[in-house]
Amino acid sequence: MDATILLLLLQDGVVNGAIYALIALSLVLVFTVTRVILIPQGEFVAYGALTLASLEAGTLPGTVPLLLGLGACAFLADCAEARHNLDGRALLRFGLRDLALPGVVAVIAWLLAPTKPGLPVEILLTLVIVTPMGGFLHAVAFRPLAHASVLVLLIASVGVHLALTGLGLVFFGAEGSRTPPLSEASFPAGPLLVSGQSLWMIGLTLAIIVALWLFFSRTLLGKALIATAVNRLGARLMGIAPSLAGRLSFSVAAFIGALSGVLIAPLTTVYYDTGFLIGLKGFVAAIIGGLASYPAAAAAALLVGIIESVASFEASAFKEVIVFMAIIPVLLWRSLRSAPVEDEE
Amino acid sequence: MRRIVWALALAGTVLAGPVMAQQPIKIGVTIAKTGPAASLGIPQANTVTLLPTEVAGQKIEWIVLDDASDTTKGVANARKLASDDKVDAIVGSSVTPVSLALIEVAAEAKVPMISLAASAKIVAPMDDKRRWVFKAPQNDALMAEAIAAHMAKAGVKSVGFIGFNDAYGDGWLSEITPRLEAKGIKLAATERYARTDTSVTGQVLKVIAAKPDAVLIAGSGTPAALPQKTLKERGYAGKYYQTHGVANADFLRVGGKDVDGTVLPAGPLLVAEQLPESNPVRKVALDYTKAYEAKFGAGSLATFGGHAYDAQVLLANAIPVALKTAKPGTPEFRAALRDALEGLKEVVYTHGVVAMTPTDHVGQDDRARVMVTIENGRWKLMPATN
Repeated sequence: MDATILLLLLQDGVVNGAIYALIALSLVLVFTVTRVILIPQGEFVAYGALTLASLEAGTLPGTVPLLLGLGACAFLADCAEARHNLDGRALLRFGLRDLALPGVVAVIAWLLAPTKPGLPVEILLTLVIVTPMGGFLHAVAFRPLAHASVLVLLIASVGVHLALTGLGLVFFGAEGSRTPPLSEASFPAGPLLVSGQSLWMIGLTLAIIVALWLFFSRTLLGKALIATAVNRLGARLMGIAPSLAGRLSFSVAAFIGALSGVLIAPLTTVYYDTGFLIGLKGFVAAIIGGLASYPAAAAAALLVGIIESVASFEASAFKEVIVFMAIIPVLLWRSLRSAPVEDEE
Repeated sequence: MRRIVWALALAGTVLAGPVMAQQPIKIGVTIAKTGPAASLGIPQANTVTLLPTEVAGQKIEWIVLDDASDTTKGVANARKLASDDKVDAIVGSSVTPVSLALIEVAAEAKVPMISLAASAKIVAPMDDKRRWVFKAPQNDALMAEAIAAHMAKAGVKSVGFIGFNDAYGDGWLSEITPRLEAKGIKLAATERYARTDTSVTGQVLKVIAAKPDAVLIAGSGTPAALPQKTLKERGYAGKYYQTHGVANADFLRVGGKDVDGTVLPAGPLLVAEQLPESNPVRKVALDYTKAYEAKFGAGSLATFGGHAYDAQVLLANAIPVALKTAKPGTPEFRAALRDALEGLKEVVYTHGVVAMTPTDHVGQDDRARVMVTIENGRWKLMPATN
């Protein structure tokens, strides 16, 4: 391996690491607020990429009927949750949020899809289609379990992941898709050729990190989320609804997932089940970051990307083994450093 | 006895048939409609809906189960088909690992089985268990030979190999290595990647650093496009070879202009309309293509679906012979069906012409492969080189 190859590998690692960083950030966000390890995060990535690809092809994406279905389920779940004080106003609110919103999105998608409105509009439409799914999933699968242990939430999370993967196969088929890059530009930098696409990826990742930091440190809503994460009961006594916090964090996670999908779709072929492995690598990064710190998770994601890239050069047959083994020394170090905790709760 | 069998759940398609006075022949199909091999299993499941429900005046009942590309599920399906439904033959599964596990079940229940997976290990070496097992797709060896011959002719001196990190890649590597050696071609680099990988930059850099004259990519379906796209991106200017695993329209869609000029061996079905009139495969393959595309849309054909059709062709040729000696639904009939399958001679199906022998349960020859190149996003038959 000479210096040029090393640079190329680093570049590849950083670009992939940016995606893992986005996943890791949303995993940390959801875990700190709701204690859910969001395994279906990868599915949002795949849905985002595949939705964009079908809009690109001028067809109505399979995620639109899925969104309508999830919205209807969320409506029922909301009504069931509020069954003791269900009045006209609550019904109207649920109806607007769970039925009217997806309906409007579906109509817009249905009208715009055949006209191929151009990449920026298509990306916007993709984000609008996928983002509400996060909140709906929370209402359907996780809110009823809000007081369960982390293990139960993890099992529910695995269930949601399996369901979403199956639905992905039904709606998008077994074959993958690619989309055109966000930018065709490329800049020579020494022996490297930096593509506009990779600059977009790194730039957006940084922007999201900054946005998350501003959101949590400067806005009331962000502080409410932190408060919920620190002490659910205390936050509740202060008038913060934990279910709202959960819903919000899931929506943000879905948004980040869909955005990652939009970013990764031009680089590789995305399949209905691609999300899982990407999500798993983001999870490795989030674990290295202790499932608590955003900067640590982002740095770890970069590290995972670089390890992966170098491993695929040096020993391609053992690439995944090397990437996932990287988690072991970190876990050892963490468990040696911190005091033993008897119970998680 | 009147009974309705819900055979297919796909898209609400229901195959219903009240049983006639005579016992129908039951054929159990277990394929990968979901899971990692869904791109093979879905066209196969579609194909089953096109298959005739009557052969030689005898009703045929197709019972289709999904094994999700999973070995345990496949074995459970096969056991269910053999013991509950008492099928006369089993077709499946779509991938090698599941098919290997099914051998055991077929031999135990003494049901003839036709696999739709590629590996030669499914039918060789012939033993007491594999007596019951037949295979529709081509052996990798047949295809590897064609690639090595083409490379030698094109003056290739060294080859870089990028293959799947699974049985498919392993199989190809072990088939191609001795054949390249025999032609005096050097294997300069051997790299692996996974179907789900999102980047193969590392592998590609290593292959390029070895400066081979040609690169062989051993992957199936659209994931095989990724290494080629990355190689193009990195400016690799040598020849590109792919395997017959990529022979579907989605590969062309995903590969775009980056896969133009690629050379690959494939079953003749892929380029049926370009085959010369004298080729016996042409008519059978075109009939199947028309029937499939009439139902599932133009350009939807994948050669993997053809294997399911071919299994039916084999059975349809063997059933009349077996009917002479025994009644369907009996162990005698299953044994007779097995013998009849083994005795098939010069049967034309969409992937070639078959002559089975007691030691060769694939029974194909050179007519089961053609060399194909990609020109302007379309498959193009190359003049015969073998």
